[in-house]
Amino acid sequence: MQNPMPYNTKNIQPGNSPAGISSGDKWREWCDRHAGSFFIAPAVTLILIFAIFPTIYSMVFALSRVRFTGDGLKFRYVGFRNFEKQFFGSSEMHFLGRTEPVSILGMIIFAVIVVAVLWWLYRSWKTATWVRMLGRSISAAMAIFLAWILCASLLSGNSIGTLYTTLFYVLFGCAVQFAIGTGLAFLCSQPIRGRNFFRVLFFIPLMVTPLGVGFAMRMIADVTKGPFEPILGLLGLQDWVWSASPWSARFVMVICDSWQWIPFIFICMLAALENVPRDHVEAAQVDGASSFHIFREVTWPQVVPVAVTVLLIRAIEAFKIMDLPNIMTGGGPGSSTESMTLHSVYVWRANDIGSSAAIAYLLLILTVVVCASFFNYVVLGQIRKARS
Amino acid sequence: MQFRRSLLGLAAGAMALVGTAPLSVAGEFDGVTVNILTRPGYVIAGRLVERGVEFQKATGAKIVVTEVPYAEIFPKIQSDWSTGTNSIDVGVFAAGWGVELDAAGLLEDLDPYIAKDDKIDLDDVAPYFREFGQKVGGKTKLLMVDGDFQMVYYRKDVLEAAGQQPPKTWEDYIDVASKIHGTDMNGDGEGDFGSCIFKKRNAQSYFAIQTFAAPIVQTKGTAQGFHFNSATMKPIINNAGWKKAFELYKETGKYGPPDELNLDIGDTRALFKAGRCGLLVEWGDPGPLQLDDDATAIKGKLYAISGLGSRMVLNRSTGKLVPAIKSNAPHSIDGINYAPFAAFGGWAGAINKKADQKTKDAAYAFLSYMNQSAQSSVDVTIGATGYNPYRLSQLSSPDLFIEAGMPKELAENYIGAINGALSNLNMASDMKIPGAQKYTSVVLDTELARYLAGEITVDEALENIEEGWEEITEDFGRDEQIAAQALALGS
Repeated sequence: MQNPMPYNTKNIQPGNSPAGISSGDKWREWCDRHAGSFFIAPAVTLILIFAIFPTIYSMVFALSRVRFTGDGLKFRYVGFRNFEKQFFGSSEMHFLGRTEPVSILGMIIFAVIVVAVLWWLYRSWKTATWVRMLGRSISAAMAIFLAWILCASLLSGNSIGTLYTTLFYVLFGCAVQFAIGTGLAFLCSQPIRGRNFFRVLFFIPLMVTPLGVGFAMRMIADVTKGPFEPILGLLGLQDWVWSASPWSARFVMVICDSWQWIPFIFICMLAALENVPRDHVEAAQVDGASSFHIFREVTWPQVVPVAVTVLLIRAIEAFKIMDLPNIMTGGGPGSSTESMTLHSVYVWRANDIGSSAAIAYLLLILTVVVCASFFNYVVLGQIRKARS
Repeated sequence: MQFRRSLLGLAAGAMALVGTAPLSVAGEFDGVTVNILTRPGYVIAGRLVERGVEFQKATGAKIVVTEVPYAEIFPKIQSDWSTGTNSIDVGVFAAGWGVELDAAGLLEDLDPYIAKDDKIDLDDVAPYFREFGQKVGGKTKLLMVDGDFQMVYYRKDVLEAAGQQPPKTWEDYIDVASKIHGTDMNGDGEGDFGSCIFKKRNAQSYFAIQTFAAPIVQTKGTAQGFHFNSATMKPIINNAGWKKAFELYKETGKYGPPDELNLDIGDTRALFKAGRCGLLVEWGDPGPLQLDDDATAIKGKLYAISGLGSRMVLNRSTGKLVPAIKSNAPHSIDGINYAPFAAFGGWAGAINKKADQKTKDAAYAFLSYMNQSAQSSVDVTIGATGYNPYRLSQLSSPDLFIEAGMPKELAENYIGAINGALSNLNMASDMKIPGAQKYTSVVLDTELARYLAGEITVDEALENIEEGWEEITEDFGRDEQIAAQALALGS
């Protein structure tokens, strides 16, 4: 007699075993079902050990005063005092810059930004889920905080601190690097003579270690003995010293950083541009479109997902800038070229590990919120737009 | 005179004999490696390496010198010894930093070693360096290899050509600098600089500002100090005295190299050796450095002043500046209060308490070898070593430096300047309390740099320093700091 319920693996439902199946089969089946977890477990464990655990453990440092004794490290819980010091204590001006007095212009611009951000939040309230609303509230809070510091310091004629020096490197530096890198990539994607030579040439700076770049740039930027000394002399600028002025020093940092990182943008954008189907471009040419229109309507929409992703990666990296200002100016003049990472390093070097960890956490929060906001509101938006 | 020369000849001969005598029993430390951590470059580290080779030949102990950036020396040693890593056996660092390491129980007591050492002659070490530099809490925990004072140097030829007298006060310094700034001091046809001071952040600038402030703030002797009220450990920084020092210090920049804010000691040394500086603030090194082959532009022309003074001094009860008179500044001379600053205190070696005994024995033997007059009295005459005189025998006569190539007048001036600083009853001592490095090289240095760069006003800088110093004092414990300060100043 034929079995009315023949054993057939197709009939096995997830999580159930047919009656009469052996324990070995059960074991194999369980292994099959969890194979994905097994394969990923080593990687997850490594990440937990080497990334997540230190991140959490460093919070212990950030909430403590750490003393070095003959018996090792001694922790004393101090709550949020290491963070408080950055906003209200002795490091306030160092971190935030001088925020008094606030100019009328600063107040007006701040009011405009606050209204705009709150309006954006109000509009989101009607459509967004509560999870999205939470994310947008965090972005809005960060935007208002950063706007206040900007308006109270730079826009009120006061000096900026390590917070805005870092943002200057990220926002201005990445914009410059993206514009030049994309421009060079576009040129090298054209059928010009010697383009392979230029591709290699433009890529070389990325392979140099940041320390090497720092020392090389320090020599190049030396206005008394460097290669630009005769040019400055001809221009009557022999007494001009970039390292004596906060803003010229910051611009020199961006120039040197750009020299190293433009190749990264260049190589990624070149790959994206070369992947744009030729037939699309040729079809537009046949239709009589100008080169500018072809770039704007055909090429750019296809490379924009890569462009914003590259910009995001570059921005995350730029938040961590340290080597160049450390070598070229030691963070000076004053603290004008000191990024938050360098600030953290200097504090750590004085064995004030708690404050150093607190600054590192502030940088982490800033990086995550800015980059996540950029990803959600720019990268995803551009990708959706490109797909549609 | 002939008798004196004969005595010197005998002394030199005896020194040479001691120098060639065996250091320890040959092969005593075979197979032992002593790891030393100190600053980078030939200065300080270079001579340790060279003497280490000699020491290895004599005793078998291998001396390995590791160099790290100046700002990382202390934290690296502290974390290495505290966490039990123990990759460093000996640290060579500022004498004043020893107290914090000792408070954590990390320094080996050297007194038992000294008791068995018949070659070391610590009575020959000048009392300030012996008591302040080498001892912590009455016990010898470090051995000096260098003695440090910050002094002012001037180009005698340049000042004479300009009809200027050497400055006596910081106001004079600025006045003289303004008169000679822009004149050609090395014959290359280009205008040179009235003043050269290392003002780069994270370098040596925070020592120079203390050299400026000491004669304004400290009036009643070394035990008074000029950083804190010793009874309460409240900072004496947010006042008219330090404010004036900050303003004077900044004003010197008008007559300095245009990129002075980005110059560290290596950069200013290159400038003055090239003959480009009329006045400078420095340690003892420029004396012998002008004898170097690459310093022909200044050879025999760079004279020293033990310290500049101030006609106005701080009245601590009112916080205002008042003229220096005998009642408020008993050590003042002709209405000028002097307080030569023992900046850094000198480089000294300390041994890791947790190193194994054989290594500690070898480490002590090496530090003793460096400290002994036979080696030290040669090393201090070579400018590039970074070692300055700290033994009485080195400071009792200029002959050592005359033999090294200094003109007699210059050698007398050089030794006289150091002796003048050492013997001054109002000599200003560098900080020697737990957290000294944090108080000065972090808080003071950062705020000073921000003021010089125009980021903040002098009042904001002083307020920030006061707040930062208070945080550090609270962190280490006020009572502990009061006790440490009393011990450091002998008050």
